[in-house]
Amino acid sequence: MNPYGGFPLLSILVFLPLVGALLILLLNKKRVEQIRVVALVTSLVVFVLSLPLFFNFDSSTHQLQWMEKKPWIPHYGISYFIGIDGISLLLVLLTTFISVLAILSSWKAITERVKGYMMFMLLLETGMLGVFVAQDLFLFYIFWEAMLIPMYFLIGVWGGPRKIYAAVKFFLYTMVGSLLMLVAILSLYHIGGGVTFDLYELLKVPLTGHQQLWLFLGFFLAFAIKIPMFPFHTWLPDAHVEAPTAGSVILAGVLLKMGVYGFLRFCLPLFPDASIEFMPIIAVLAIIGIIYGALVSMVQPDLKRLVAFSSVSHLGFCMLGIFAFNILGMEGGILQMVNHGLSTGALFLLVGMIYERRHTRMIADFGGLSKVLPLFAAFFGIVTLSSIGLPGLNGFVGEFLILVGSFLSRPLYAILATTGVVLAAVYMLWMFQRVMYGELDKPENKVLKDLSVREIVVIVPIIALIFFIGVFPRPFLRRMDASVQHLVLQMEAKKSKEPLYVEGMKERIREFFHKEEISAD
Amino acid sequence: MPIPLPTINLIDISPEMTLGVFGLVILLLDLFLRREGKGYLAVLSLIGVGGAFYASLRLWGSSHYSLSQSIVVDNLSLFFNAIFLLGTAMVILMSVSYIRREGINLGEYYSLLLFSTLGMLIISSGNDLIILFLGLELVSIPLYILSGFARTNLKSNEAALKYLLLGVFATAFLLYGIALIYGSTGTIKLPLIAKMLADTAISSNPLLFIGMGLLIIGFGFKVALVPFHMWTPDVYEGAPTSVTAFMSVGVKAAGFAALLRILLTALDKLQFSWVSILVVLAILTMTVGNVIALAQTNIKRMLAYSSIAHAGYILVGLVAGSRLGVSSILFYLVVYALMNLGAFAVVILVGRKGDQSLHINDYAGLGYRYPLMGAAMSVFLLSLAGIPPTAGFVGKFYIFSAAVKEGFIKLAIIGVLNSALSLFYYLRVMVIMYMREPEKKEVSPIHFSPGLVIALLIAVLGILYLGILPSRVIDLAADAIGTFISG
Repeated sequence: MNPYGGFPLLSILVFLPLVGALLILLLNKKRVEQIRVVALVTSLVVFVLSLPLFFNFDSSTHQLQWMEKKPWIPHYGISYFIGIDGISLLLVLLTTFISVLAILSSWKAITERVKGYMMFMLLLETGMLGVFVAQDLFLFYIFWEAMLIPMYFLIGVWGGPRKIYAAVKFFLYTMVGSLLMLVAILSLYHIGGGVTFDLYELLKVPLTGHQQLWLFLGFFLAFAIKIPMFPFHTWLPDAHVEAPTAGSVILAGVLLKMGVYGFLRFCLPLFPDASIEFMPIIAVLAIIGIIYGALVSMVQPDLKRLVAFSSVSHLGFCMLGIFAFNILGMEGGILQMVNHGLSTGALFLLVGMIYERRHTRMIADFGGLSKVLPLFAAFFGIVTLSSIGLPGLNGFVGEFLILVGSFLSRPLYAILATTGVVLAAVYMLWMFQRVMYGELDKPENKVLKDLSVREIVVIVPIIALIFFIGVFPRPFLRRMDASVQHLVLQMEAKKSKEPLYVEGMKERIREFFHKEEISAD
Repeated sequence: MPIPLPTINLIDISPEMTLGVFGLVILLLDLFLRREGKGYLAVLSLIGVGGAFYASLRLWGSSHYSLSQSIVVDNLSLFFNAIFLLGTAMVILMSVSYIRREGINLGEYYSLLLFSTLGMLIISSGNDLIILFLGLELVSIPLYILSGFARTNLKSNEAALKYLLLGVFATAFLLYGIALIYGSTGTIKLPLIAKMLADTAISSNPLLFIGMGLLIIGFGFKVALVPFHMWTPDVYEGAPTSVTAFMSVGVKAAGFAALLRILLTALDKLQFSWVSILVVLAILTMTVGNVIALAQTNIKRMLAYSSIAHAGYILVGLVAGSRLGVSSILFYLVVYALMNLGAFAVVILVGRKGDQSLHINDYAGLGYRYPLMGAAMSVFLLSLAGIPPTAGFVGKFYIFSAAVKEGFIKLAIIGVLNSALSLFYYLRVMVIMYMREPEKKEVSPIHFSPGLVIALLIAVLGILYLGILPSRVIDLAADAIGTFISG
């Protein structure tokens, strides 16, 4: 559907940041203010242009909207095919929204090589938007990989003391997963006759259980590393801690969601049997992630590392919701992705603000800050409560939907995951208490200035959304309904009526041993 | 009685003739030019290359044998011609200021380059084993001289001697292999060999297999497959950088052209046999090349090992062997030529007289002192590693796609993992360029000669173009094998 009669809104959205980056390329690197303004204006324009996507979205259909399809490499059946539906809509908006805030937050924080920095931020935005709207597997892969380069530079040039180690680790880790996904994409392409990379054509290709298994694994690794799921999460703390504030905001706010999105867009529709078979393993890994992430967060002395591990925990929830395979769980999962983007993004922004003032992130260096920074403490408190999932704020809606959905599917998982909610309260509240309350004993803390206007402008929109989604999530959930419903029905329909591959293997193994026993008698 | 003369259609060999004539003319003119005038010889050689390119273009679309069936003129040979001539043109552009800087500004340099390229053109059109051998020798002998061109440099002399000895050794293997194949089939013409092999009595002759093995060994030396690669790092490091660039691109492409023709035309029936050999060689080559490159600190040696690894990727395409496989090799060679030559152009720019400043730490901070050159080098490094949206990615995609299609999934996985491995040492150079401060403050400014800048521009634009809009060239590559393979 294309409500504007062929106006390529999505392409403009995706490539406008690239245009902005090229504009910045032409500017003199000494005119730092100019560069910052151009970057901010570009991202604002992109955000404003993305609003019609939300308000004019047709919630009644699961079909792709604002679709654009042009042949690109016909010899291979590769086309430039983009579009959005209920699943990607909110993620696209999240991306454009967070990018503005990230650029705004870097105003004072980045003073060296601002030109390169802003260019990479905008290039990153193009890559991220491309990933969410691509419907052709080759195009998706290109955007997925291309996104690594700006992020690598952002961490490696403007990062903290161990920036090079973190940047290279991030790059290599993600790359290995992605490359195996490439082999899976190529295999899928060739099984489909080597005709096209169009997702919707490939959905029609019949796959045997054996094929689904291996293809699923190929995609799984790439997405699991990105999310990150336990045990592929070890790149995350280093990348988050060493990245500049805005880098962490984008990393946590958007990049991590791509893994979950990948599962929703590709793994579940293409390989429903394999997804269902792997569900127990993935759910267990998700729960381990939830609990392990929470436990490790509790003992972190560094604020940023604490928030980083909390991301592992939160995204475990999202994965649990998705793999409940029902509408409640999936909608909860998608909403929670947005919520996590908002609340964790805000957390990193706030940590960045305190870091700009004190140049330390160690909890032990703080204490009693609420006396000196009341406004900061207030915002920090709201975001903390959102992260915990207090009813009334956005985190609760998502978590509740996920837990209910998961309970409907496998009650045990939901019960175990709920402990994660308790643990989240523990580590967040304890952290908040140590930083904000208590004795204001360190002299450096006594002279801190509260939030500036710019900083307030950065945080308030997120706070507003936190409240809005918490109290009135309907507009957001409504737009996901059709697509999620379609996905669930699609999985039901495509599921083969044969016994599952793994189950079949277990049967054969059982028979084998049974025969041994009989013959031994 | 009139002697029947064979009909020679000179148009068919017009590219070769053009290059030969220009090579000789340059040799002659060199006698009359003083030292300052040698630049004109570069221009002349570029004209020669351009002329050969034009001659090849005019032949596009033909598909026939010539010279008593000893050469074949088809789209495949013309595509290879284009690759060779493009490579040579870029090397000439890169060489002009380099050889002046190193004090080896002699006219023979250009002549030898042209003669070597002439050998490559002969290989691409070769239709019988002797012609292929002739071409290969013509490629190699000028290079033995060229690698030792910096007469006063000890490493250069070492390189020349090593290359000569090992090259001759390889030639011996090659000749013996040719002899055994001739012995078992009774013919040297590739299509006739294929015909003879249809007869199982001949195709089960053990001498044939030994001959094939020796042939692969001989070509393995030339193309630097593992375990025949030991000469490459030393020769690449010692030779003058522009010659190294030429060797890394042209000789490899020529070697693969010959291997392609022989294995897929003549020894097609023996595919079951040579495929398994090549699979092992491909795995070894990719892995060893990448692993040893990790340890290198001299940029020329690093690029040498990287080119060994890339030969491994190309072998994966050869293993696939189908239409898709061969056209993927063709596309990859174009991309490989551009990115490798671009990287070497940067190496020349950063280097100093006497081939100094070749340590990767000499690249520290380069991204900020010379942002455009740093960006160009980044594009080349990312392309070599195979990251979208560069042409290197499309090339690898194409090759691995061919491998997966033919069922070599494990090989594709190994190839893909090797790509990830190679990322480490390519990224390392980028890290040093952008994230390290230079140690010594005294760095003389880089002299950007027009030839080098043009070569850099061609390489960067080519890689970005092929990365984003590869469709035209992919179709050309597919066309090129139109008459070649029967499926």
